[in-house]
Amino acid sequence: MSNQSSVEIQTEWDIVAARQLGRNVAKELGFGTVDQARITTAISELARNIYLYAGQGKIEIQRLTENGINGILIIAADNGPGIPDVRKVMEDGFSTSGGLGAGLPGVKRLMDDFKIETTLGEGTDIRATKWLR
Amino acid sequence: MNKQMARYIQENMTEIISNWQEMMKNEKSERSFEVMPAELMDQTSREFAELMTSNLLESHQAYESRLNDFAEKVVRYGWSITFVTKAINHFGEIVFNGMERDGIITNENLRGFTEEFNKWITPIRDSTIDTYSKTWERTVSLQKIALQELSASLIPVFDKVSVMPLVGTIDTERARLIMENLLEGVVKHRAEVILLDITGVPVVDTMVAHHIIQAADAVRLVGAKCMLVGIRPEIAQTIVTLGINLNEFTTTSTLQRGVEQALAWTNRKIVEVDEE
Repeated sequence: MSNQSSVEIQTEWDIVAARQLGRNVAKELGFGTVDQARITTAISELARNIYLYAGQGKIEIQRLTENGINGILIIAADNGPGIPDVRKVMEDGFSTSGGLGAGLPGVKRLMDDFKIETTLGEGTDIRATKWLR
Repeated sequence: MNKQMARYIQENMTEIISNWQEMMKNEKSERSFEVMPAELMDQTSREFAELMTSNLLESHQAYESRLNDFAEKVVRYGWSITFVTKAINHFGEIVFNGMERDGIITNENLRGFTEEFNKWITPIRDSTIDTYSKTWERTVSLQKIALQELSASLIPVFDKVSVMPLVGTIDTERARLIMENLLEGVVKHRAEVILLDITGVPVVDTMVAHHIIQAADAVRLVGAKCMLVGIRPEIAQTIVTLGINLNEFTTTSTLQRGVEQALAWTNRKIVEVDEE
């Protein structure tokens, strides 16, 4: 069962729109302020990655219910260049853009489940879930 | 034909307007029309009708200025562009149907009148959309400027101590402004301690942190110390989870503590004065 909405990422300001959407959904689902901050930060990282590396893509926010537990699913999808070495980007401190390199591993730690699928030259699809406890 | 149309509209103004209002109310998708007070609606409708006839009767200049006024008003009321184009189309329809009913438009001159109507309606629609988008563009660019003015000011609070309160989203453009204003301000105010207050920053992700770290490094290079204050508990948790290293920073939860710390660094403190 799911209920979805999405934001196209094309400009830097769309990142703000995406995390606003995420924050609203998280609030409605009953997440506390700390989890809301985690979720919005995760969305911010994923949306920024799309903006920086793929140019454009989409952030989708879904409400999930599994075994009576509610959760929020963030899907970050783009048709960008893909990630050559997934293991490397999941290491702390690795960055190709001179950033902190804490983005993707950070998102993984902020959320409960984290899945990444990427094909060189075709794009990247990241799914991250947070369950309401 | 133009004159005929104009005369018809003027003679039947009240009826046309009430028909038109009826039709617009049936546009379910639009709420703005319903919530409008009746008085305001009547006035707006009349203005709209005058605008529609102005194109037929008055000089081009008068029409242009009316159009601008109206489009600006529409933007202020928050009418959507679809609603406005619908309003124009409906107005045309009503006039056309009315003239047909009254026998002004007959089968013989139908073709000519249709053409005239198109010549009448199309430019109004085009220029409304044009004015509409221009007004929006101006609003947006003004807001951008307003936002920029708010974005990063360095406030000297004590001798050698300055505060930069950051409120809202930090994007690349703002990060650049923050850096510029910080460095300029440090030199100008001869600040030794800078307090960066992030109480008003909703999300601190790796990019924001990266910009803050860079700004602090730059401040250090010009001989001042940077302190990060106003870290809310939930932000503290996300920073730790993200694995951002702020160990080189002095950080405090509130601006107040930050100020106390800054004064301590510059060998001062706030004391209560005994009243004698």
